[in-house]
Amino acid sequence: MADTLTRTHPLEAWRTAFAALSEELDPGLAIELAPLTTALDLRVDATGVFPFADVLGGPLPTAPNTWTPIRDGRAVWLGPDEWLVTSTTASGPRWEDEVRAVAGPHRGAVVDVSAQRTGVRLRGRDARELLSFGCALDLRPASFPAGSCAQTLLGQSGVLLLADDDGGPALDVVVRASFAGYVAGWLLDAAEELRPLPHNSDQEGDET
Amino acid sequence: MTRIDGYGHALDRTRTSTVTVNGRRYTGHPGDTLASVLLAHDVGAIGTGVKYGRPRGITAAWTEDPTGLVQIEEPFPEPMLLASTVEITEGLVARGVNGQGRLAQVPDHARYDRRHTHCDVFVVGAGPAGLTAARRAARDGSSVVLVDDRPTPGGTLTGTERIDGKPALAFVDDVVAELAAHPDVTHLQRTTAFGHYDDGFVLALERRTDHLGSEAPAGRSRQRVHRIRAARIVLATGAIERPVVFEDNDRPGVMLASAARDLLHRHGVLAGRDVVVATTTDSAYAAALDLAAAGARVQVLDARAEVPPSWADRCAAAGVAVTAGTTVRGTVGEHRVHGVLVGDDRAEMPCDLLLVSGGWTPTSHLVSHVGGTLAYDEALGAFVPGEQLAGVDVVGAAKGTFGLAAALREAGGDDAPTAPEEPSTPSLVVWRTDGDPSRQFVDIARDATVADVARAVGAGMTHPEHVKRYTTIGTAHDQGKTSGMLAAGIIAELTGRPITALSPTTFRPPFTPVGFAALAGCQRGELFDPVRTTAIHDRHVRAGAEFEDVGQWRRPRYYPQPGEDMTAAVLRECVAVRTRVGIMDGSALGKIDVQGPDAAVLLDHLYTNLMSSLKVGRVRYGVMCGHDGMVVDDGTVLRLAEDRFLVTTTTGNAAHVLDSMEEWLQTEWPHLRIRLTSVTEHWSVFAVVGPRSRAVIARAFPGLNVSNAGFGFMTWQDTGLDGVDVRLARISFSGELAYEVNVASWYASALWDHLVAAGEPEGITRYGTETMHVLRAEKGFPIIGQDTDGTVSPHDLGIGWAVSTKKADFVGKRSFARAVNHDPMRKQLVSLLPTDATTKLPEGSQIVAWCDDGALPPPPVPMLGHVTSSYLSAELGRPFALALVTGGRERIGEVVGVPVGTALVPARIGGSVLVDPEGARRDG
Amino acid sequence: MQLILCPHCGPREETEFCYGGEAGVPYPDDPSVLDDEQWARFVFVRANPKGAFTERWSHAAGCRRWFTAVRDTRTHRFLDVESIGASQPPTTPRR
Repeated sequence: MADTLTRTHPLEAWRTAFAALSEELDPGLAIELAPLTTALDLRVDATGVFPFADVLGGPLPTAPNTWTPIRDGRAVWLGPDEWLVTSTTASGPRWEDEVRAVAGPHRGAVVDVSAQRTGVRLRGRDARELLSFGCALDLRPASFPAGSCAQTLLGQSGVLLLADDDGGPALDVVVRASFAGYVAGWLLDAAEELRPLPHNSDQEGDET
Repeated sequence: MTRIDGYGHALDRTRTSTVTVNGRRYTGHPGDTLASVLLAHDVGAIGTGVKYGRPRGITAAWTEDPTGLVQIEEPFPEPMLLASTVEITEGLVARGVNGQGRLAQVPDHARYDRRHTHCDVFVVGAGPAGLTAARRAARDGSSVVLVDDRPTPGGTLTGTERIDGKPALAFVDDVVAELAAHPDVTHLQRTTAFGHYDDGFVLALERRTDHLGSEAPAGRSRQRVHRIRAARIVLATGAIERPVVFEDNDRPGVMLASAARDLLHRHGVLAGRDVVVATTTDSAYAAALDLAAAGARVQVLDARAEVPPSWADRCAAAGVAVTAGTTVRGTVGEHRVHGVLVGDDRAEMPCDLLLVSGGWTPTSHLVSHVGGTLAYDEALGAFVPGEQLAGVDVVGAAKGTFGLAAALREAGGDDAPTAPEEPSTPSLVVWRTDGDPSRQFVDIARDATVADVARAVGAGMTHPEHVKRYTTIGTAHDQGKTSGMLAAGIIAELTGRPITALSPTTFRPPFTPVGFAALAGCQRGELFDPVRTTAIHDRHVRAGAEFEDVGQWRRPRYYPQPGEDMTAAVLRECVAVRTRVGIMDGSALGKIDVQGPDAAVLLDHLYTNLMSSLKVGRVRYGVMCGHDGMVVDDGTVLRLAEDRFLVTTTTGNAAHVLDSMEEWLQTEWPHLRIRLTSVTEHWSVFAVVGPRSRAVIARAFPGLNVSNAGFGFMTWQDTGLDGVDVRLARISFSGELAYEVNVASWYASALWDHLVAAGEPEGITRYGTETMHVLRAEKGFPIIGQDTDGTVSPHDLGIGWAVSTKKADFVGKRSFARAVNHDPMRKQLVSLLPTDATTKLPEGSQIVAWCDDGALPPPPVPMLGHVTSSYLSAELGRPFALALVTGGRERIGEVVGVPVGTALVPARIGGSVLVDPEGARRDG
Repeated sequence: MQLILCPHCGPREETEFCYGGEAGVPYPDDPSVLDDEQWARFVFVRANPKGAFTERWSHAAGCRRWFTAVRDTRTHRFLDVESIGASQPPTTPRR
């Protein structure tokens, strides 16, 4: 019998394939598994004043389709009265209780959804190109700069996209865990188009 | 071989490619099309027409060709492509289409994909107008996408024109280079904008690899569908020359004047040596003079009373004879034209090529796709774009602006390029000449003649849309690019109505045929539809599970051991659960967290049961109905706190139930203090089921009081394991003692392994959805969507006990008050036991009254219902079924008949609960 | 592929949305006082105008919020969208 309930990343089976792809496409594109992150779904009326700065370690974004950094995580706008708040350090059940204590008086509700979603981080100049094969949103940097987020469709799966900048373009694809395998397969299939052409191909011109 | 030196700007004459058409080998050059290679070898007929089997050759040089259809055999079978649009590659094998094409009988392994693009300005057409418009937008700083369907830019420019004082093709090269230098400009050739939709959305098909032949890079999509969203769209789609209809106008060797000119300049092919040009307009003179200059003997017949003086002078200088006021009445020849019949006396004039021009029709398909209207222009004899669409500009010939100089001005704004002004003389609008209407082809692709149009008109049809459907004109591969305008004109003539009173047929996407493979893109194989899996899918795969798709979920159906088929595996799993203990992954169930002071108010309204009376720590089965009182979902409700519930839904219905709950909250009762959150994937759920399950749970969770007193049926408890929260619930879907173990999905794999290990001493057996279905059916528990179909009420299912009589209202209650809901002859869920104890009744079988002779009486046979579920039962040692039967509960004990194949199988109706009807097993 | 303006997320492709039928058909205050025909009218009968139609949509693949839209059924053009707010009189489910 196991001594410990170890955690398993929902996309563990894809880690090797993503690493191999990233090595091949370096530096154009890297795909890596997002770390397991505690996440709460926070629902509260958008009254304009949020008392969450202390318990979250940062403000809730009020502009649609944006996210803001908070202590050890992010606060992501999901709707006019809904946010996804994440933390790399908090414990889900405990944090849920703490935040609910603040949210409750404001018609709020808080649910630990840490394992509901998972995701990958895309880095490199081709990250947006990759998503353009299956996402109808305008993801050009001017329209979807760092700090943006959107719930939309990638291929046929709902996803939450977040634009970040970690020394270069970075896009997080967050997806419900049950769809993660589909999205992972989709990303690997789409990335076929980004593989460098064999050198002897003349598609880029035959001046050799 | 009629390849002319000094022509053929599209060709790479340093290289050759060999193709095979109709079994013969032809050599051409990169840059050739199948059509240009065939014409370079003087091939006339390549196939036959669809209806009359008359010979068919090449009529036009691009997508407007109604006749030059080929079937590609190698490298991959494709039906009905135009020889004029197929770029040759080494080893290409094709044959002419005789009547109809043939789909590939082998899978297409090529890659297809799609790409979304956003831009400020999207320009369709890289002719002079489109290039100019794209350059203008790029210089303004806009992001631009420019697409053009031909292999190279330039549109109808032949290379003989001059723009900005230099050769036209040099101008094209300069603009292309300038566009390429803009970081925000995308320029795609071989890309057809085939559909124009709302809000600046255009679909374009890019043909990416076919022209590369064996040098096509592996791993690149063969074709890509671009999904382009633009703030502004510029349509510079040009115009299509149309012929005039005359007798035997379908004979190979009849060609559009512009096509012969295009073939000469692009491919260096002289399509005939002895050429007659029949025209109603100026533009054909350029073709006549160019062909004459390339060495052909050319005569021009101009339908107009007078020859335009400037053309008359040039023709005289070139030795081209011109006759005014004359039209072609017919052609002679066998498999190709040997002569034309001219004028009222039908004088035969020998030739090997007849070029025709009846004017030009603006290519307005993309205007029409989005509902843009077209208006008839008397001078052009053509429909042109009507009122301007928001965000859409039409420039150049597509708008009816003919003449290079004028088109450039229209597209270019302040820095428009310039070209010499050409004098132009008004065209004469001629739809057809005198002759036998049954041999005057209006739509050659459909073998539809003037006689067919006359028949349609005679049958009372006057609108082109009606005539189109009656005659099929305009419905072939070319969608009437050359014939549509002719048809309208001829309908006007035959009905005696002015053409301005007619509206043309509506163009619909696609502009040119698009393969389904391209439209599907990557949506094939495993990516056809999302496959949803639970957190421990890999455990199921390793255990050798066979899977079944439930909605988008892929769930283990059973776990065969070596040598077992499904029947054997399921019987083994059923025995294990009923006699020892089994474990099943139930994580696919929908789960919704319902939180807030008014949570019970909502649940009381949505469930037929009373949920507000549920105590914290307890679980209740609940049924949801629609307004019509029919069951839509069921599941369990856990009360987690006074103001918090966890609701489960059926696997396939989770999203629908959540959406509908949100709709009530957001639209009907927004003041209720309730929040809904899906936690379907957050929680993994494992059912540990069977008489020994208590021992397994006790071993897995030391310290948990698993006694009946400490952990009663339909209650839940939180516990912990290694510091991880675990929630257990005493819920049973089999009638056996059972526990549902819930854990955050990060820990699912570890917990599953932990439970399997804890169950080993008890012989724990993994089981799948098939076994689950058998076990629940033995207990008469319905599966919503299998035993129900939207016409079944809770009472019909025998679960009227789950319908509250205390609540003032809930969804569906009012419908239960209708008299028909109390009709004892409603269909009710009952069990069926085939009396032979061996026949497994097929699900979906009809149920009829039993006839003593065991034979089905002659129709009509009244139907009593149908079999909804049917299994072999290990517990009962026989097959059994559930069925919806008219007045079923009153018929218990009756024998009914079930037609199975040709036999009528007798089956006895029983109550729906076949195993442990007294419920003695649930507490172990 | 039409764009629909989600009042919260902005314009999105129509495939992100789910249709909810005619808006402004309130659940009856007390269904038990309706006769069968009146009840059937609520359950089954909806307007089907040629022209402007007020209907409900949900941004199912986005913020999951229901909103009210006025759409011209002849052209599919959306004439107006608005989030569902306090303009409705509150009702309470009968228990």
